[in-house]
Amino acid sequence: MATISTHPDCVPVVSYRFGKGATAIDKYLELDGYKSARKALELGPDGIIGEMKASNLRGRGGAGFPTGLKWSFVPKQAPRPKYVLVNGDESEPGTCKDRLIFEHDPHSVIEGVIIAGLAIQAKMGFIYLRGEYRYLLKIMEKAVEDAYAKGFLGKNIFGSGIDFDIVTQTGAGAYEVGEESALMESLEGKRGVPRIRPPFPAVVGLYGGPTIINNAETIATVPHIFRIGGAEYAKLGTERNGGTRLFCLSGHLQRPGVYELPMGYNLKRMIYEVGGGIRDGKKLKAVVPGGSSTPVLLPEEIDIGMDFDQVGKAGSMLGSGGVVVLDETVCIVEFALRTMKFYQHESCGWCIPCREGTDWLKKSLTRLHAGGAVDKDIDNIRYLAENMLGRTFCPLGDAAAMPTLGFVKKFRKEFEDHLEGRGCPYHKAREEETALV
Amino acid sequence: MSTQSGQPGTIFSPALAARFDKLVTLYPVKRSALVPMLLYAQDEVGYLSDPVIAEVAQRIGITELDVRNVISYYSLLRTKPAGKYNVQVCTNISCMLRGGNEILEHCKKKLGIPNKGVTPDGLFSLEEVECIGACSWAPAAQVNYDFHENLTPEKIDGVLAGYKAANRGTGK
Repeated sequence: MATISTHPDCVPVVSYRFGKGATAIDKYLELDGYKSARKALELGPDGIIGEMKASNLRGRGGAGFPTGLKWSFVPKQAPRPKYVLVNGDESEPGTCKDRLIFEHDPHSVIEGVIIAGLAIQAKMGFIYLRGEYRYLLKIMEKAVEDAYAKGFLGKNIFGSGIDFDIVTQTGAGAYEVGEESALMESLEGKRGVPRIRPPFPAVVGLYGGPTIINNAETIATVPHIFRIGGAEYAKLGTERNGGTRLFCLSGHLQRPGVYELPMGYNLKRMIYEVGGGIRDGKKLKAVVPGGSSTPVLLPEEIDIGMDFDQVGKAGSMLGSGGVVVLDETVCIVEFALRTMKFYQHESCGWCIPCREGTDWLKKSLTRLHAGGAVDKDIDNIRYLAENMLGRTFCPLGDAAAMPTLGFVKKFRKEFEDHLEGRGCPYHKAREEETALV
Repeated sequence: MSTQSGQPGTIFSPALAARFDKLVTLYPVKRSALVPMLLYAQDEVGYLSDPVIAEVAQRIGITELDVRNVISYYSLLRTKPAGKYNVQVCTNISCMLRGGNEILEHCKKKLGIPNKGVTPDGLFSLEEVECIGACSWAPAAQVNYDFHENLTPEKIDGVLAGYKAANRGTGK
């Protein structure tokens, strides 16, 4: 069982019911559960969207798009049924927060889906978990069953005359399905290959109907916004970055863990105070601030607030909230290689720049790490990555290129140290790497 | 071949066949049940054998080629048997930083099999996998669907021994 970590600076909003037995519906009800859905029923679609806009909640999946605005794009009149889709395909390396939500507070996800459904007048919602989280499916299915039994789902929910159904399922192992259009393909029983946009999901989404698709943490936050009020929620964070979020601290920290902290919380403080600093008295070398696809930050760049705008200004991204901390013993080339191996493995092959780019980058970085590269290879790596940016249907190509560019730019010296047969100054290359040289 | 539950012809247990009958009714289109159906079938049969693929294709109303096309996309779906206990060690960045590679090497030695290998008795298989979502509790591994976190070589020894003992307990 995974648990949330705590620190005096933590502000439990999404994690308010964690560890309190709220998987049981009666306990959830005792802890203000399903009151927000009733409130939303009174407010009606425009009222709900107004409250969401006031909360300044931005998508917790990585892109940080304002949630209220996203919901408002769904047309009122539509020729096909509308749907709400929860993206619980959490797969960005460094990220392990949605797991906690499903495990500790499954009803908050259900209630969030109901509210989103009321906002756009949908009749059906889907909760899609990643295949590796199979144990959570049981928890979610039980929660959905209990909600049906109480009349919160199904026909005439809360006696309002409105019908709403939820189906939960898992994927079967694919990072790319975490991308919104690939997820819809997967839910339609196909390979998770991304769709071209426009049209965007808000107009043509699942089964061709207008669809709200949100990250699990975003949806789980919705009932809390109605519990404490949109404006109050917004005040917890910074300007245009409302509320709190679950930050996943991993890597060489004394106290790695998932902590709920206000948006805009200082990254340096997050590492040294909340995470307890670097383990074994080592020095900090670099921080990947928002999951493996976000460009690396140097120790002198971490005195920033962790919200979408401030991290963006620092040349990286807040992403999915996965803060990966590297100490001085890490070989950046090896780290870049491991990151690229992942993207090469996960590229679906639909777009050539991504399919070929990730493969060549993996090969180049492998050779470089094993000591078989020449000076020109470093620029080739940069050139390859630059030519992937913005040239693919989905952001997987960008996700592979952006961190690579960051590593080359900020740690060029370390790349050069590997050249001309010298090999890795930190570690012996793995067997399968030297075989390639 | 009939695929109605309770009738001869289905290769699945009556419980699973009944589950599949319901699964195809949950979605606006039948095909949406495909990925969940394949996973449940794999859990019961062990892997997606030719008869499994044939029956799933028939239940959904698509060709076997369509089914295979989908299977090849998803990393959890397999068309060859794995060990009874499939040990999946994460070596992605957060795990790598805290010794994931060492855990993988240790498992290779301990089980005497390479990555993607199966032990001769069919009890264990080993796989190096991408991020499993246990980054803050790294290094981590999954055995079938169970998570094992904050691993050390000693700890994974205990985990493997536990599965071995559990298997003896089942009398197999």
